[in-house]
Amino acid sequence: MEGETELTFEQAFQQLEEVVRQLESGDLTLEQSLSLFERGMHLARLCESKLDQAEQKVSQLVGVEGGRPVLTSFEAQE
Amino acid sequence: MRVYTVHQITQYIKEVFELDPLLQDLWVEGEVSNYVHSAAGHVYFTLKDAQSELRCVLWRSQVAQQEYLPGNGDAVVVHGRASVYEARGSYQFYVDHIQLAGAGALFLQLQALQEKLEREGLFATERKRPLPRFPRKVGVVTSPTGAAVRDILHILQRRYPLAEVVLSPTLVQGEEAPPQIAAAIQALNDHTDVDVMIVARGGGSLEELWAFNDERVARAIFASRVPVISGVGHETDYTIADLVADVRAPTPSAAAELAVPDRRELRSQAMQHHALLQQRMLDRLAEQKKDVQQVLALLRRFSPRALVDRWRQSLDERFQRLYTRQEHRLRLWHEQIRGMGLRLQALSPQATLDRGYAIVSSRDTGAVVTRTAQVGSGDGIDIHVSDGHVTAVVD
Repeated sequence: MEGETELTFEQAFQQLEEVVRQLESGDLTLEQSLSLFERGMHLARLCESKLDQAEQKVSQLVGVEGGRPVLTSFEAQE
Repeated sequence: MRVYTVHQITQYIKEVFELDPLLQDLWVEGEVSNYVHSAAGHVYFTLKDAQSELRCVLWRSQVAQQEYLPGNGDAVVVHGRASVYEARGSYQFYVDHIQLAGAGALFLQLQALQEKLEREGLFATERKRPLPRFPRKVGVVTSPTGAAVRDILHILQRRYPLAEVVLSPTLVQGEEAPPQIAAAIQALNDHTDVDVMIVARGGGSLEELWAFNDERVARAIFASRVPVISGVGHETDYTIADLVADVRAPTPSAAAELAVPDRRELRSQAMQHHALLQQRMLDRLAEQKKDVQQVLALLRRFSPRALVDRWRQSLDERFQRLYTRQEHRLRLWHEQIRGMGLRLQALSPQATLDRGYAIVSSRDTGAVVTRTAQVGSGDGIDIHVSDGHVTAVVD
């Protein structure tokens, strides 16, 4: 699937919900439902892997220079 | 040596008081005692602290303008000017405003601000914005040190590491805090693309949380482009910031939980969708297979093979019927034949011979002799009896 890597988690999850909804409605040809099914499985796996692999990025807004924000990485002190 | 009258010196002292700018415009804090509301409508009392006392008067015209009048023992802050009461030669404090000190005063200020902002619509429920379901970037306005930021980051990391976090650090208590908090909120709005924001501070005393009751903070929250979740102090603390925020969370941790979805829930939802998809597909395929089988059965009924089978069966049936009928007929014939046999037997000459009759036949022709004219003298004849024949010659 071309361009799939561009999907955000949000997009993938919402598309997955839409696929399930369409399949539930049942008003589809077998070919349509097979291709939706494949798409849905792909999206479900994509969502799962995105959730599993995510690592949070935390930065700190320390100032503004020339109208642009200055961000530094931030780590909370234990 | 110059000698002054009592009045002269009293006037002089009064002038000294009234020419001193500090004494003409000041706030004094103390505890109220000897409180008297006179028949004329004026109020007299003494303000005191551990070391000193100050006589105070509040003229009737000022009494009417006060939102609050103290009782003995109240800690109050009064505003006014100090001057001299010439008739008595004593100085006193002419009060024009009186309010509760400490928490009491703060409470009154808070109430006034709350009413004002309420009238302006800063707390209106119809203005509250929904939080994004899957925020991509979460802004956090709080102190970069302390438990609140740690708790918030910990929860955001645990629940939804997909979102980026931008901390906009600020002081959260003291005089400098309100403008800093307001600026931190504005900076996130102006210079980052956060789509939701947490404004938080850990638990503390009423005074420590006071910055979140500041009008500047309230207006910055109100002006925020993105929804704001407040999480100030503990569950029982309510600040103006909480009232303006789109969503109020009882604590900083709770604010973080409201800001993002929980990945474990999302994961289980995704898995449910996954399972549902598979089930749907299996159902769909089973359904389709059933349809196909129905059509196949229908097709089979119209196939040539079925026709042949049907003809064959019908032929079989006919054969069977034919056969049955033929058998019946054969049986009938058989019985007729047997009957005729019996009749034939009854007609057989042997039976006649057995009874003692004889049959004569010509030896030459073999013909049975039934008349005398058939034979002449000297002709050979055969005489048949029951067990054979004898030969004779006619005389």
